[in-house]
Amino acid sequence: MSIAGLHKPDAGEIKLGETTFTSTENNVYLPPEKRDIGMVFQSYAIWPHMTLEKNVSYPLDIRKVNQSEIDDRVLATIRLVGLEDMMGKDATQLSGGQQQRAALARAIVFHPKLLLFDEPLSNLDLKLREKMRVELKRIQNEVGITSVYVTHDQAEALVMSDDIIVMSKGKIEQTGGPHAIYARPRTRYVSNFIGIANLIEGRIARTAGEGRGEIEITRNGERALLPCLLADGLSEGDAAVLSVRPENIHAMREKPDGHSLEGEVIQTVFLGNYLDCRVRWQDFEWKIQAHPREHLREGERVYLHLDADHTLAVLP
Amino acid sequence: MSLVEIDQLVKSFGAEVAVAGIDLNVDKGEFVTLLGPSGCGKTTTLRCIAGLERPDSGEIRISGEPITSPEKGIHLTPEDRNLGMVFQSYAVWPHMTVFDNVAFGLKIRRTSRSETREKTNKALELVGLGQLGDRYATKLSGGQRQRVALARAIVYNPRVVLFDEPLSNLDAKLREQMRIELVRLQREVGITSVYVTHDQAEALVMSDRIVVMNKGVIQQIGDPETIYARPANAFVANFIGVANLLEGKFLGRSGAIAEAEISCGDPPLRLKAIGAEGAQAGQSVILSLRPEDVALHLEAPASPGPNLLEGEIIDTIYQGNFLDCQVRVGPHEIGVQMDHFELLDPGQKVFLTFEPDHGLFLSE
Repeated sequence: MSIAGLHKPDAGEIKLGETTFTSTENNVYLPPEKRDIGMVFQSYAIWPHMTLEKNVSYPLDIRKVNQSEIDDRVLATIRLVGLEDMMGKDATQLSGGQQQRAALARAIVFHPKLLLFDEPLSNLDLKLREKMRVELKRIQNEVGITSVYVTHDQAEALVMSDDIIVMSKGKIEQTGGPHAIYARPRTRYVSNFIGIANLIEGRIARTAGEGRGEIEITRNGERALLPCLLADGLSEGDAAVLSVRPENIHAMREKPDGHSLEGEVIQTVFLGNYLDCRVRWQDFEWKIQAHPREHLREGERVYLHLDADHTLAVLP
Repeated sequence: MSLVEIDQLVKSFGAEVAVAGIDLNVDKGEFVTLLGPSGCGKTTTLRCIAGLERPDSGEIRISGEPITSPEKGIHLTPEDRNLGMVFQSYAVWPHMTVFDNVAFGLKIRRTSRSETREKTNKALELVGLGQLGDRYATKLSGGQRQRVALARAIVYNPRVVLFDEPLSNLDAKLREQMRIELVRLQREVGITSVYVTHDQAEALVMSDRIVVMNKGVIQQIGDPETIYARPANAFVANFIGVANLLEGKFLGRSGAIAEAEISCGDPPLRLKAIGAEGAQAGQSVILSLRPEDVALHLEAPASPGPNLLEGEIIDTIYQGNFLDCQVRVGPHEIGVQMDHFELLDPGQKVFLTFEPDHGLFLSE
């Protein structure tokens, strides 16, 4: 909202290239319409009484671009978002997904310097949302406009972003590419917010150099020492949180060599491409993602093996 | 005898046939899901059971008694059918307390005050709202409202509870949690449930049996594992989960393993998989291959088995717990789901293999 100019910040500065949008110190405040920004919102804000073309051409009309150029750009943009079959239709005749495409077309038709997205896909149903993520990313790549995207949906962030900025309580928790954020979260908050993680409080028992070490966890009096990767800033004796993703735990029927935790399968949920399982070890329920062909059954005793390259100690 | 029996149900709206003569039985205590895309007839079927639509023909019976039958001139009103209903819009009254919302169904049935109190409290306990009876419905979260709606549907011991996409308004994390809770509750209370959804994950997680519908016709009925592993046709394969569908010609079989020629450029590929029972040589078949059943190799594998495909990476989508890859193989785009991260560049050459018993030939 501050980037868009819809909120005035209390302090600080925002610049786009050489242009200062807002600076409390220098008393600069550029109104939204002078910032040359395209915006796409959750509510599509498409005008129902206008045709698709009229909706898309609006930003060019108010910029007084000449008519033949408007026609060319509107057609090219409508093609880009895949709505050429809907030309001539009123906006009300478009489905939710199509309206969102129309909103995107309107946001990019005037070649803005920056695109802002505010949860644009949250109103769509899941299959359509998954399709639109990939589609939006493709279009963004094609037009090459720098984009700032706001979402509470971590899957959306992983799929679409070059960089993710994880925020909590008004502060940045971690910045990085999707794989870095998912595979190497630094804090408990990030680990829990992005994807699913098994989190157990513990203590760093040993550091072994090269970012490796061992974390000690104790549940119900049972102590376990697990080899792990350490988040920056953790040293021997520090309180830390063990973080392991469900897909990095293997449930085995035979006791494997090396460390393992013995437990009981208490729930299996079949999701087609994987089996979502809960395994009770002491008073902790591990979340595990198993291949359906492993045919784990409720009530079975299993040994959990944690992949050391994907077992993390993170900051509490 | 099944608790709910549907025979040859037909319902049209003008020229449009919504339900084209379906047969379905639901046993006592069973959780049956009607699954399909919008316009497949699932909601119309549910509304016919509820008594909110009059079918054109066919019959629906509960415990052997017809509740609707145009031929016999029978059409019970919704209230006379003794069914519970839970909708997507919670339909919870904001000006009433949680207790009054749930007790309402008993009051209009003129249940005594002490019985109403007892039954309402029991239903609230069951859905985990025992402590919140005095609270106003507006003070509840989405998940709690959905529980109120469920308590209201089960409080008068209906014979069947009908669910119409009850979880679609909840956000992803809450939806997943509510799925599991709903099933637990359903098992605990032993309510016979007919559930409508377009969300295949919901259907897989919750159902004893899934009824896959398309264009008013039942495509397949089966338990979740069977529907996923042995889809009856290409529609089911693609609607439940993701499937790569490759057209080919049936060549022959040896025991359970069949072989077909798949056009994949020149020369065509010969691939082995299960299915295509009863197919004749030369007949058209479709190979259905799940992305998680395809292995991707960066180097030519030393012992690839009978099914080896060469291709190049088109694109990858990182999902965190999975890496989805699109691979071009001749004229086809094949989706592969990997359970670990690998840096793959568009255009990079890769090799795909799959076990014969992980692929399925469908005869269309």
